Amino acid sequence: MGFDTHTVFDYLKNGDSAIQLVKDSTRFYKPFFGAVIPTETLESKFKTLESKNKFTRLEKMLLLSLSKTIKASGIEINNRVGLIISTTKGNIDVLEDQNHFPKDRAYLGQLGQIIKDYFNFKNDAIVISNACVSGILSVAIAKRYLQEGIYDHIFIVAGDLISDFVLSGFNSFHAISDAPCRPYDQDRVGINLGEAAVSVLVTSDKNHLSDDAVEILGEGSCNDANHISGPSRTGEGLFRSIKSALKEAHITPNQIDYLSAHGTATLFNDEMEAIAFDRLGLNHTPLHSLKGYFGHTLGASGLLETIIGMQSLYQNTLIASAGFKTLGISKPLHIITETTPKKLRTFLKTASGFGGCNTAVLFRKVS
Amino acid sequence: MDKTYHISSYCQIKNSSILVDGKLLFSSPILEFQPFIKSAAQHLNTKYSKFYKMDNLSKLAFLAADILLKNAELDANSEHNIAIVLSNKASSLDTDRTYQTSINDPDNFFPSPSVFVYTLPNICIGEISIKHQLHSENCFFIFDSFNADHLWINAQSLLKLQKAEMVLCGWVDFDDKNYEAFLYLVEENGIIAHSPNEIKRLYKT
Repeated sequence: MGFDTHTVFDYLKNGDSAIQLVKDSTRFYKPFFGAVIPTETLESKFKTLESKNKFTRLEKMLLLSLSKTIKASGIEINNRVGLIISTTKGNIDVLEDQNHFPKDRAYLGQLGQIIKDYFNFKNDAIVISNACVSGILSVAIAKRYLQEGIYDHIFIVAGDLISDFVLSGFNSFHAISDAPCRPYDQDRVGINLGEAAVSVLVTSDKNHLSDDAVEILGEGSCNDANHISGPSRTGEGLFRSIKSALKEAHITPNQIDYLSAHGTATLFNDEMEAIAFDRLGLNHTPLHSLKGYFGHTLGASGLLETIIGMQSLYQNTLIASAGFKTLGISKPLHIITETTPKKLRTFLKTASGFGGCNTAVLFRKVS
Repeated sequence: MDKTYHISSYCQIKNSSILVDGKLLFSSPILEFQPFIKSAAQHLNTKYSKFYKMDNLSKLAFLAADILLKNAELDANSEHNIAIVLSNKASSLDTDRTYQTSINDPDNFFPSPSVFVYTLPNICIGEISIKHQLHSENCFFIFDSFNADHLWINAQSLLKLQKAEMVLCGWVDFDDKNYEAFLYLVEENGIIAHSPNEIKRLYKT
């Protein structure tokens, strides 16, 4: 969809989705509806970065994104600057027979070292791999490192690929939609996969903020303790994660202006979220899932959707939940059906994933 | 004044042995992981049918955690806010390789959902949470080698922010035939100070 936030947000305002029928037998064993980064575009963008080394597809995506964020921040990389890498599967494609990179490249520590070395970070990368909450959990963890005074600034870069590995895996769960996905809709049948790399700076120094900067008010990451591959019927972990974030932020649910939910468009995930939000009285809070635009970008999704949330606050714009027509969950929720201007100050980002994990982070516009 | 925290107990599983607080709890002449961990679970009376369906990484993490949490003699009638912060080097690569093998050959293409679900390192945290009904904070980190400093920071933060009463922390790595678990419990009570140096000392013993 784009290589910078403004371009991508303009597409969202126009209602454009990156999801299409992907037929690329050089990369995938079968056609599917999803959002891929065209290889030619990635290669031509990557030429703007100088390097003698060979990088995998995911490394190129991560380096491209992070180089822009580091440059825009104006921060000098010294021993007070941390690096967090969020990914669900990392360079998993190197395990494929036809991939020419060494199989050892699948170790996430190697990925961390490559990103660290490229930008000359003084501290080792902290790699977070906690299923589909990784991207947003990284923000919570970064905040804790700053609170503990370990670093002054932390760059987070998050990314995941679509590979036959994840495509066949989700397919074996019958979780892949054979059309653009429809979060919260009565006709939803599953997810679309997407690939993305995104990055942010989390800092305790107000001199390095972007126009759309937000304050992290509170966060929580609680487990369902229910099932390793299915969400809780009561939304317990998500409910507790949001409660924890609200408690730390000292705010009440009615002070949340909008909710950027996970909304994968599987029957069980969306229903679980509806139950958790209903238990918290968030039924009237405008809500969207962005999966209908980007697909599910796994370990990138939570951070990608946070960045869109930051732009939503900055531009005072509620983005419609793509693919939604008729409510198909057991609790009433206020799904955003049209992209509309609205004064926004505070938003909640949530995510849930395999292993029963959930994360909620509350953000407020820096005025 | 800031509260101080302690390591109340620790458990190691490596080289066909299980040690709790430095004392041998179980050892076996069986070198291979799967029969070893099975005999350990039977010897320790683990009695949890789901254990046998888990992948190697989950079995390793689950058993070490189960030993510590049972030893902690927590009141079964009340809820316990025990966060889980785990780390390793190989992520879920052991199971990732198994899964990849099942899809490498188009003529012999059998992706299995029950294998795929274990291709995430944090699944073992889910398994521990389900058994002990822990609806608590959790995060899985990947480091090149055991990293006491980062585990310490994360446990301190969770306790200070009152996001947890106790933290189950540690390293649980499974890669090819090599395995190692070192888990420990951090809480207010205990004798061993919760510090990076003490964590490193216990890890090396």
